[in-house]
Amino acid sequence: MMMRSPGESSTCGVPARPSHRRLPARAGLGLKPQHFTEILATRPDLGFFEIHAENYLVAGGPFHHYLSRIRDRYPLSIHGVGLSIGAEGPLDTAHLDRLAALLDRYQPQSFSEHLAWSTHGGAFFNDLLPLPYDQATLNRVCDHIDQTQEHLQRRILLENPATYVEFAASTLDEATFITEIVRHTGCGLLLDVNNAYVSGVNHHRDPQAYIAALPLPEVGEIHLAGFAEDQDAARAPLLIDTHGAPVAAAVWELYAFALERLGPTPTLIERDNDIPPLVVLIAEAQCAERWIGYTQRDRLEASA
Amino acid sequence: MSDQRLFVTALLDPNAPCPAGLTAWNGSDPTRRFAVYRNNVVTSLIDVLADTFPVTLELVGDEFFRAMAGDFVRAAPPKSALLAEYGGGFPVFIERFEPARSVPYLADVARLEMLRVQAFHAAAADPLTPEQVAQALADPERLPALRVICHPSLGVLSSRYAIVSLWAAHQGIGDLACVDPGLPETALVVRAGLEVQVVALPPGGDVLVAGFTNGLTLGVAAARAASAHADFDLTIHLALLLRVGALASLSLPTETLP
Repeated sequence: MMMRSPGESSTCGVPARPSHRRLPARAGLGLKPQHFTEILATRPDLGFFEIHAENYLVAGGPFHHYLSRIRDRYPLSIHGVGLSIGAEGPLDTAHLDRLAALLDRYQPQSFSEHLAWSTHGGAFFNDLLPLPYDQATLNRVCDHIDQTQEHLQRRILLENPATYVEFAASTLDEATFITEIVRHTGCGLLLDVNNAYVSGVNHHRDPQAYIAALPLPEVGEIHLAGFAEDQDAARAPLLIDTHGAPVAAAVWELYAFALERLGPTPTLIERDNDIPPLVVLIAEAQCAERWIGYTQRDRLEASA
Repeated sequence: MSDQRLFVTALLDPNAPCPAGLTAWNGSDPTRRFAVYRNNVVTSLIDVLADTFPVTLELVGDEFFRAMAGDFVRAAPPKSALLAEYGGGFPVFIERFEPARSVPYLADVARLEMLRVQAFHAAAADPLTPEQVAQALADPERLPALRVICHPSLGVLSSRYAIVSLWAAHQGIGDLACVDPGLPETALVVRAGLEVQVVALPPGGDVLVAGFTNGLTLGVAAARAASAHADFDLTIHLALLLRVGALASLSLPTETLP
């Protein structure tokens, strides 16, 4: 078993340094290699950076060089995209070991993964594939999250998915399924507001009702991103979670709805494709910070 | 077959039917919705290969490259989520890819590009300093017994084609029209600091470096290189390897030079 360092959060109630325990309730950006040197040169006023864990599971080189310097100056969120928590097969313990070493090295304030699967039969598919919401899947996902939290010696945040299909086999709605996971495993939630909106449109359900039905006190971080628009076979709108566009107006509205219920919450602007200049992303982060500010002010006024 | 087995089979085979048991709220045919996953998987992995093999792409054009890479992705999806490692099998696939036969050096250019990515992410190590080298040279009698440890990022690739010149011309170094692809070249790839360098090794350099990597002494490795290439000159090779930071340390069997 790994030793837990004093700075890491845990599910076991070990006291942690406050500054290291959680992300600040501010806006952050996904860290992109094309922005490494500009970030270090200009030190933009941002709440945190987030990386995809798998991009940094390499031995050395510029990625670690720059990340260690940026980590010295900013809080960090590490976001896994390859653990495949929903896979039918067992978790890859070698991958868990590599994640544990990365978390140990960079001591991030948050680690998150997805309610999805991406591996099967020794192959990795580089996409977040959907799950039926039934009892067998729930048991398996909970076992995998228990194993992950035990292995990493920390509480993880689980992200709600953007999906394009549903399963005839599902017996629970997604919000209930996630609520059950949180209840059984004690994990937290990464509320991806764009995913909630995309899935809401794709499956003709009310994204506000969906968010309201989630265990909101367990939300540790919010994701915002852009989507692309397509159509299904019946010409109904089908939104695709591309991370390749600015945050849409409807998603900002849903974000405001979520913040009203959550209070100020660390919020990431996700952009992984068609990446614009850093200043464009900083402006989007500032927009999120204004919403966080309104929430803070409303709360102060309400309590005055 | 398991549900996820059926799902991935349909993901990778565009002619396979959409998996059973998928639904849509409006009762529409889920095939169109499932196609989003098919497209995400194959397109994102083609994009990974396009990032790793940019000169290979330029040599055949975007459309040809993406079609070839798509066939590779469907035949050999990644074995892990560490996508920096994906593409190791791509050069062999290119070699056997019939439509690419007209560009015989394509596979070796791809091998060179894979070495570059491996060097980019390789472990860090300080290169040998001039002081360390001077100290080793101070006692010429011990020189042949030295063992040379290469930088962890070092890769060497010998080709029947002018891979270094072809690659360099695509970086704006030299004129592509002046490159004779049929001239054999040996590429040395190494990361010095944060930059990956690609240089041409004179004849025998591959044998010398292979000797170092296999733990031979400097004397034995140099002798092998000399017997492979009559005009092999150890001084020229060592100067080049030191200049690009390809050597990490020197040691004698019983001691390590500082």
